Amino acid sequence: MALSAAEIKKLIVDSIPDATIEIKDLMGDSNHYSAKISSKVFIGLSKIEQHKLVYKSLKGKMGNELHALSITTEGK
Amino acid sequence: MDTKDKIKEILNKNDVCLFMKGTPDSPQCGFSMAVSNILKHLNITFEGINILEDQSLREEIKNYSDWPTIPQLYIKGEFVGGCDIVKEMFESQELKKLFEAKGIV
Repeated sequence: MALSAAEIKKLIVDSIPDATIEIKDLMGDSNHYSAKISSKVFIGLSKIEQHKLVYKSLKGKMGNELHALSITTEGK
Repeated sequence: MDTKDKIKEILNKNDVCLFMKGTPDSPQCGFSMAVSNILKHLNITFEGINILEDQSLREEIKNYSDWPTIPQLYIKGEFVGGCDIVKEMFESQELKKLFEAKGIV
């Protein structure tokens, strides 16, 4: 089952409340997305730690229901 | 040997390891291809491990790094990142510097 951009956004905001999120459905198939996320929680973390926070917010959906989500993170 | 030991052995034997879908010459996924091409572009000798051929490896590598997606790049046993991070590091020259700092190039 595919996830909509709105569902992805909600999952991320639920665990990173101050996140500013820009999601693009890259192929219009609800299966390949890119997300640009900025949040204060990323400050001082390595890129790996930042992306792990995003993956954790998706609660195991990454690599399963969600096939492809390209992530860019930054502190704000 | 359990799968975790197998991963450790692969990482010990090879300075640069890419756990990927498919092989460097025949990648089966765009993200794996992108990272493989970046390494080739930088003239890095690396071991491509096709996780599609080994289901237990495919699952265990995700636990090993606590990272849910493939590809995964390791330099001298250390997890560097997946496709997004490797691409960013390549574009900012950081990846080249990391290889230099680790004595790979």
